Amino acid sequence: MEKYFLDAQDLTKTFPAPKGGDPLTVFENQSFGINKGEFICIIGHSGCGKSTILNVLAGLDEATSGVVLMDGREVAGPSLDRGVVFQHYSLLPWISSLRNITFAVRARWPSWRKEQVLHHSMKYLDMVGLAGAESRKPSQLSGGMRQRVSIARAFAIEPKLLLMDEPFGALDALTRGIIQEELMKIWEQTNQTVFMITHDVDEAILLADRILLMTNGPYAHIAESVIIDIPRHRERTEIIHHPNYYPIRNHLVEFLVKRSKELANPEMRTQVEPRETRKRVYPPNVNPAADVNSSSNKIIDLEKHKA
Amino acid sequence: MLRSLTARAAVLSMVLLVFFLGVWELANQPPEAKEALTEYERLMGGSEPQARVPNPSEIGKLAVAELSDPFYDKGPNDKGIGLQLLYSIKRVMFGYFLAALIAIPVGFLVGMSPLMHKALDPFIQVLKPISPLAWMPLALFILKDSEVSSVFVIFICSIWPMLINTAFGVGAVKKDWINIARTHELGKLRTAVTVILPAAAPTILTGMRISIGIAWLVIVAAEMLVGGTGIGYYVWNEWNNLDLTAVVFSILMIGIVGMLLDMMLARATRLVQYEE
Ligand SMILES: Nc1ncnc2c1ncn2[C@@H]1O[C@H](COP(=O)(O)OP(=O)(O)O)[C@@H](O)[C@H]1O
Ligand SMILES: [Mg+2]
Repeated sequence: MEKYFLDAQDLTKTFPAPKGGDPLTVFENQSFGINKGEFICIIGHSGCGKSTILNVLAGLDEATSGVVLMDGREVAGPSLDRGVVFQHYSLLPWISSLRNITFAVRARWPSWRKEQVLHHSMKYLDMVGLAGAESRKPSQLSGGMRQRVSIARAFAIEPKLLLMDEPFGALDALTRGIIQEELMKIWEQTNQTVFMITHDVDEAILLADRILLMTNGPYAHIAESVIIDIPRHRERTEIIHHPNYYPIRNHLVEFLVKRSKELANPEMRTQVEPRETRKRVYPPNVNPAADVNSSSNKIIDLEKHKA
Repeated sequence: MLRSLTARAAVLSMVLLVFFLGVWELANQPPEAKEALTEYERLMGGSEPQARVPNPSEIGKLAVAELSDPFYDKGPNDKGIGLQLLYSIKRVMFGYFLAALIAIPVGFLVGMSPLMHKALDPFIQVLKPISPLAWMPLALFILKDSEVSSVFVIFICSIWPMLINTAFGVGAVKKDWINIARTHELGKLRTAVTVILPAAAPTILTGMRISIGIAWLVIVAAEMLVGGTGIGYYVWNEWNNLDLTAVVFSILMIGIVGMLLDMMLARATRLVQYEE
């Protein structure tokens, strides 16, 4: 197997028992990988553990067991190598949008001169179409503008991996569409590696190279890695006419509606086999559009995964 | 026509003031002056033999006289009102800033560390409800100086609101903001200064505002107790002289200075306020 740029190996996260309750194992022995420059989305029902995974990748939270390797080195604690965009409160509300970015840029390159920091920050603010709003505080910006600033900041520090937790979840559909396109444009320019949580199937298809599907928890697992076989550059209005669009979309929706529950199964613990002998299992790659293009079958390999 | 609410409120305030002072003035005429109140007698109102609650006009006259020369110093029992107020303000400032110097760092510690919070909480809970004046005898005995003792009493009364509010404000900083600091690899000190301090500043300043109010309440009582100088001593001294005009006038001045102190802190609070 090729070496992933980001390699999550056998991640388990168990939250300690609350008073009078049982400990909660959100997921157990989950592995997946991200290649350099890839845009990965992960979808799954609310509460299945997507944010928990993202926080482990960010280094904000520690996995109970398992490791995350980035560029061959173990992730231990948060780092400027991994930028994070949250749904809310990603910005410091008492400083202007520009200062929210310069603060990050200065943290990234402490030796830079003031003008250099300013110039670099303005460049990214400009990139998200917010030149002119640099002196406004986050409270004076709309939700969409706030997320633009968050995205500008995340790109400005040029992290090796960008992590986004439902960044557009709180936005109206129109704004979301516009920012998705901006994000895609910037991503194409920068070749940034991205891991993004979303609950919007269309958003995931538009943006992702691969979509990880997560079953319901507890003991949630990443069931598949769905390849989005639609060429770039994608346009929101045109992508729906691509022959592969609906096969992919149907596959995802079917997973969310049906299989995410069916596959969710507390008995599906992998601990039966001792850690040393058990093989690491990565989610199988699936191309729902394979039938459309050729006679080859979909590569759903769940039986192996279940073993 | 007056449209603005502020203007209408100001007019109403004036009307109430005039009405209140008028009633006071009319209802409080000196009994023997009821029939023949000459201009001369009225002017000499202060020299009446019988002590009584003064009239607004008398207080006004005293206020003009006192405020036209507020800083004179003719010995220990005859100092200008401004000078007395300055003594009190100075003590309040010393005790208050000393308290801030300790309360804010300790508040940070308590707010950031659950261990420190649990460990220090019993002390705070027991010490907080003690009337600051209850410390006075002990302070006088240990510190052997009335000046230092009053500063100490101010210190001990202003420390709690600042400490508790700082701890609360620091503890309530949104986890996402701390995470911003963490993902940007800010050190502990830089996180405290660039994220936690501005995030908690409105709460901290609210505590500081409560403290200055309490300190100003307490200094009057403390100075009545230890004597010497200050507005509290002044009030007590004038009471001993049965000069109620001066007593009422100084009460008014205490109120005005207290209001100014509060306004300063309110303005500072507004400066650090932010909207989410
Ligand atoms: N700090 C925590 N302590 C205990 N349980 C938690 C904690 N954080 C999340 N959980 C639980 O873990 C599960 C997964 O949460 P999360 O990762 O936020 O889900 P998602 O992002 O997919 O909606 C949920 O059941 C949630 O209640
Ligand atoms: Mg989540």
